[in-house]
Amino acid sequence: MQTVRIAGVGLTHFGVHPERTGRDLFAEAALEAITDASVPRDDVEWVHYGNFMAELAEHQGHQGPLMAESVGLADRPATRHENACTSSGAAFREAVETIRAGSADVVLVGGAERMNNLGTAGATEALAIAADELFEVRAGVTFPGAYALMARAYFAEHGGDRADLAHVAVKNHANATVNEYAQFQREISVEEALDAPMIADPIGMYDACPITDGASAVVLTSESYAREHDVDAPVVVAGSGQGGDALALQDRASLASTPATERAAETAYDDANITVDDVDLTEVHDCFTIAEVLAIEALGFYDEGEGIGAAREEETTRDGPRPVNLSGGLKAKGHPVGATGTGQLVEATRLLRGDHPNSDAVPDATTALTHNAGGTVASAVVHILEVER
Amino acid sequence: MTSGAPVRDSGFDDFLDALADGDGYYLECSNGHGSFPPRRACRVCGETDLEQRTLPSSGTVETFTIVRVPTPQFEGETPYVTAITAFGSVRLTGIVRDVDPDSVERGLTVEPSVERWDDDTRRLTFEPR
Ligand SMILES: [Zn+2]
Repeated sequence: MQTVRIAGVGLTHFGVHPERTGRDLFAEAALEAITDASVPRDDVEWVHYGNFMAELAEHQGHQGPLMAESVGLADRPATRHENACTSSGAAFREAVETIRAGSADVVLVGGAERMNNLGTAGATEALAIAADELFEVRAGVTFPGAYALMARAYFAEHGGDRADLAHVAVKNHANATVNEYAQFQREISVEEALDAPMIADPIGMYDACPITDGASAVVLTSESYAREHDVDAPVVVAGSGQGGDALALQDRASLASTPATERAAETAYDDANITVDDVDLTEVHDCFTIAEVLAIEALGFYDEGEGIGAAREEETTRDGPRPVNLSGGLKAKGHPVGATGTGQLVEATRLLRGDHPNSDAVPDATTALTHNAGGTVASAVVHILEVER
Repeated sequence: MTSGAPVRDSGFDDFLDALADGDGYYLECSNGHGSFPPRRACRVCGETDLEQRTLPSSGTVETFTIVRVPTPQFEGETPYVTAITAFGSVRLTGIVRDVDPDSVERGLTVEPSVERWDDDTRRLTFEPR
């Protein structure tokens, strides 16, 4: 099996860019990734692309070839992957599998999402279709509403309150202040978070990720290609895992845990031959503050019911023992849904390589974990990256 | 959204018809896993021999939220309460009616009902007993 290396990474600014098309966003990130890789564009053999809502936002299907064409690769095999918020995490996993299987040596993978042109109501509607249409959406479940149902169930089962969640938002905003790609490069206070308007009790405005336009891309190569062409690619994709669960919350055994993440993490740890204690830095899918709590428990960093205090106790802050979301996370960096999965991998790669503005928080880090979740974690994708220094 | 006469979702709309008539049911496999139609195979174990069972006439609210930012379909209805309610071994998600949103609590006993929203859509609702 071929070892997979990250040769180059690229991001657009994550923010409010309603006028920019998906193809324009993706091309910017992909061209940056190709330049960063110093791999000839012509050597890219395959394109995997993640997107969630372009049918609704841009009336556009059949996006695989469109995105390949946007960077001058129209004749390459290209497929779009849709898995709600895990769209590009799943695309990345497919790209890794493509190289591991020996089907290609150089693969371009990424994602993009245009959301702000839909407005708040339109984006809320588009996000809601990640839930079960018959049993949830028709019962008024919105994306924030679904996480509010989980947050209240968590508080009832394990304790904790909105102030604990506010500390997650405060931490992630603080991390984003130096990230030029982030939607919010400003700090917030616990008081501000608690005083913000409610979206879906107990989820307030500062518990929620914003509506974001943006794109991300990664160039992957096989070990043999990197060696043969002398590609500077110190980061290896050491592990990959994916897990699933019932789409509707009502069909889950527990409303306060996310076993799809547990399954994805177990597979990824086994694949990388590491344990949870080997992980130095983590990017988790904090679409809502409670989602970060659920993630760090399901990944095995905390026992069930113990993750709620992690940010408040400064265990997951920048200078804590286990930093989580040094990029600013979805909360502050933004959540262009289809771009988020590969966006996390871009951030983790730069943190490990030492060229991220927050790399100085983790100077000796060798192992990073990324966690990308879809809907209310009916799907989860986990990757383990290792850097050779 | 759709044009012309509304098309039924077979299985699901039959379930709502029954619930509206006070004859709610769920499906159960021989291992006791419950689910709702349309369903050909148990969502947990895959067994295809599913028996129709009587849905308890009332359930207990397990978790809920007060939605204040809605999708366009719920414009003008906020704030409204969406709850997940346990009926024995199965749960349903619905909108809690006839209640002050701020007075809803976990453990509230509710009865399921069906509300016609427009020609195309019906909604599963809960009313406090
Ligand atoms: Zn079963």
